[in-house]
Amino acid sequence: MEIAIGLILAGCALGAGCAMIAGIGPGIGEGNAVGQACAAIGRQPESKGPVTTTLLFGCAIAETTGLYALVIAILLIFVAPQRLVNILVNALK
Amino acid sequence: MNKTLKFRIVDIFYLFLIIAPLVAGMVIKVLTEPAAEGIKIAGANIFFTIPFFIQDIVITESQINSWLIIITILGICLYLTHGLKTVPGLKRQHLAEMAVEKVDALVLENMGEMFMGFSPFIAGIMILSALSSLSCLVGMYSPTSDINVTAGWAILVFILITHYKLKGGFGNYLKSFAEPVVILTPMNIISEIATPVSMAFRHYGNVLSGAVISALLGSFLGGLTKKLPGILGQIPFLRAGIPAVLSLYFDIFSGCMQAFIFAMLTMLYVSGGFPGEAYEKRMKRKIERAKKRAEAKARAAADKV
Repeated sequence: MEIAIGLILAGCALGAGCAMIAGIGPGIGEGNAVGQACAAIGRQPESKGPVTTTLLFGCAIAETTGLYALVIAILLIFVAPQRLVNILVNALK
Repeated sequence: MNKTLKFRIVDIFYLFLIIAPLVAGMVIKVLTEPAAEGIKIAGANIFFTIPFFIQDIVITESQINSWLIIITILGICLYLTHGLKTVPGLKRQHLAEMAVEKVDALVLENMGEMFMGFSPFIAGIMILSALSSLSCLVGMYSPTSDINVTAGWAILVFILITHYKLKGGFGNYLKSFAEPVVILTPMNIISEIATPVSMAFRHYGNVLSGAVISALLGSFLGGLTKKLPGILGQIPFLRAGIPAVLSLYFDIFSGCMQAFIFAMLTMLYVSGGFPGEAYEKRMKRKIERAKKRAEAKARAAADKV
């Protein structure tokens, strides 16, 4: 019983950690976007205003996949263990 | 401009309307916060449930806080528009006019002339979202870190999008799923459903991640001061100040940014999904049909005579 609960907790923690690997994607994407924006401002300094607005907007959208991973990780840490343990306890009764 | 006594009293009432809900939110938070040791990251507290025959209706912290914030927004609007004159006499009128003009310009730029009626809605969604995210600065549980709130807004926006897509005719709406190729229909349906889901998750995830990181950092600094020797360990002085720097980004910047993005995406999705050509064709056909009917009626009347 204890081993099974331990396995559940370990699985949830490992899963949450693995889910956050998705943070790589938005990191690369946003870095790329900021680099391109810097290049654009360097070429045309007067276009700083619109470029910055578009950049922030694009960054916030690029962040979405990372946030999906975050939501999954939070669910795995705070919600999943209790539920899974409850299911196990009910199944063993 | 001379302020009369009556004007001042009404002003004070409006200011009370702005501040009282925030104070009430703080008091509710302090009174209902369950005592907890260490890190506490949990969803909204449930205050009471109303029994209902399909599903019990749950009244949570996020609903109460949303209503408190709505009252605050009402107070702000009343205060800013109090004592309007054709020639502005008060500073607050300049502020109100500036806000309206900014939102109008934003809507005109992103949606076009036809959707100008949207600007109050956009302004409303923006300020509600921004104040909801910022409400955690006074210690309230911010409603936007509850997925039910953002999902509700996203569903509202989804209904709006579908309504405007249907303006081009029901057949046209169904046909738009089978474009550019018929094989892509399932993908189109998935992307249609993903719109509200991604909007809800984006907003909720951003605000929640800020709250989680703030809580982790706060408890880390609190634990760190306990390890210090002597009297230094008694007072968690490290917790003061340092989390504020992160709060500046995660609470203030991120909250305002997400409000802007939610409003922006609403505008882009509604105006982007609107089938302009089909709508114009349909309107033209309607007008022609009405003309023909009128002509037929006139002819019938002439025949009778």
